[in-house]
Amino acid sequence: MSEKKAPGAAARLLNAAWLRPFLLLVMIIVGWDLAIRIFSIPAYQIPAPGDVVKVLVTDWRELLAQSWPTTYATLLGFLASAVFGIPVAMLIAGSRTVESYVYPLLVFSQSIPKVAIAPLFVVWFGFGIVPKIIAAFLLGFFPVVVSAVQGFKSVDPDMVDLARAMKGSRFKVFCAVNLPHALPAIFSGLKVSVTLAVVGAVVGEFVGSNSGIGYVLQRSIGTFDLPTMFAALVILALLGVILFWLVDRIERFAIPWHVSQRADVFVAS
Amino acid sequence: MTATMKATNHMSVDQPSAHLRVVSEQSQNTTSGINLSGVSKTYGTGDGKVQSLRPLDFHINDGEFFVVVGPSGCGKSTLLKMISGLLPPTTGEIHVDGNKVTEPHGDVGIVFQNALLLPWRNILNNVLMPIDMKNLSRETYTPRARELLKMVGLEGFEKKLPWQLSGGMQQRASICRALVHDPKIMMMDEPFGALDAMTREKMNVELSRIQRRTGKTILLITHSIPEAVFLADKVLVMTERPGGIAAIYDVPLGRERTLDVMSNPVFTDLVARIRKHFMTNSTLD
Repeated sequence: MSEKKAPGAAARLLNAAWLRPFLLLVMIIVGWDLAIRIFSIPAYQIPAPGDVVKVLVTDWRELLAQSWPTTYATLLGFLASAVFGIPVAMLIAGSRTVESYVYPLLVFSQSIPKVAIAPLFVVWFGFGIVPKIIAAFLLGFFPVVVSAVQGFKSVDPDMVDLARAMKGSRFKVFCAVNLPHALPAIFSGLKVSVTLAVVGAVVGEFVGSNSGIGYVLQRSIGTFDLPTMFAALVILALLGVILFWLVDRIERFAIPWHVSQRADVFVAS
Repeated sequence: MTATMKATNHMSVDQPSAHLRVVSEQSQNTTSGINLSGVSKTYGTGDGKVQSLRPLDFHINDGEFFVVVGPSGCGKSTLLKMISGLLPPTTGEIHVDGNKVTEPHGDVGIVFQNALLLPWRNILNNVLMPIDMKNLSRETYTPRARELLKMVGLEGFEKKLPWQLSGGMQQRASICRALVHDPKIMMMDEPFGALDAMTREKMNVELSRIQRRTGKTILLITHSIPEAVFLADKVLVMTERPGGIAAIYDVPLGRERTLDVMSNPVFTDLVARIRKHFMTNSTLD
């Protein structure tokens, strides 16, 4: 591009899709700051964005150190929900008997608030990482199962018949037809699950932990240190966004053929 | 042309003209071809029983283009699934080359109304799917797959994904997939039902050519009477649900057929005659 086109390039940059959420974020922060000034909200109710940023800058070492345990627990809980959720969904979708036994109980268990039973895990497993992983797993498990069941069930029965008529074994037919067909649904479940796993890990840290962002949150609420609390929230949000983005990248890599991923393929062809 | 009319037991059709033979008894060689004896299908149990097919007896010879035509919901697709071994018959037995069919036997290629290509495989890999399912060597069959694609005019589309092809092209690829493992029998369930009329005629000519060249036994299901007569060596006309055999016709139009056949009086007479079966039952499809 020549220099003549420079203003056009700047305008295009302003219009770039990836920039838009940041622009909105900047507007929200400006609105937040203005609201505090205009309505003179005291700092013990809502901190000014500047103070939050100050905490992020000065305490970044401490915050980073505390975000590792949370990230670790989130990832392990999320992986567990994928590793257990997908086979459970396969069983539920594959057998009406299993479905009738398991599915209602699964929905039933989902209605139990995890925060209420999280202390129980601390009683069982102590103040370590295990209760956090279990809490993250419990929150992330359900969306994976529900989406994957729907994915496995939406396979065209004619397609399965076709593969069976080719004398493919049940396992072969499953790998060649059912599993790839269910992948888009599984991934949409995984994306919901990974953000919920962050919440689960924080819940675990709330009820009994001496490390992690949830612990920082708990402590700062106790001392009315609102800027630190908001800084912790920002970090949690960032963690959720990064993990979601990672799953999204993996999805693009795993199912490039799917309708939702087609735009770039079309240009390429 | 020998004008022999063989007696039929449950026929309400008037005396056929000389060139239209109604066939019900044929010399049956039970060790080759497809043989059905007393095959019926009833879905459900107890009070919810629905009879889909009345007991059927017929025989398809090796290398024959056999077309089943009938109104919607007369159990045509059930028939096809039973012969492929995907669905057990309620009564009766099906034999393919003298072997009783109890499970999918693998020696068939199936084409459905929708192309049913796997969206994550490119065209060549879709065509090679039966090879993967049957654990055969891809190296051996890839040249054959390419050749088949060339035969149906899809050369150069091997690396494309299915959605990048038109409906007619997808259906041609699915025909290649049904042929790639060189099965003796091809089953086609309204293969061109989803195509527009012009593509459909073209595909008919092409399919006719493929069948003559490969010598496959083809069982095709359709509800288009002209399509049935154009393609078939024999046409089986089915009655309304529960499906049964109304008549089986020989089509004496020779083996090489072009669209000109459609203006041949033999063709038009036979089409009119078959149509009468559905008119009298007041279900014109």
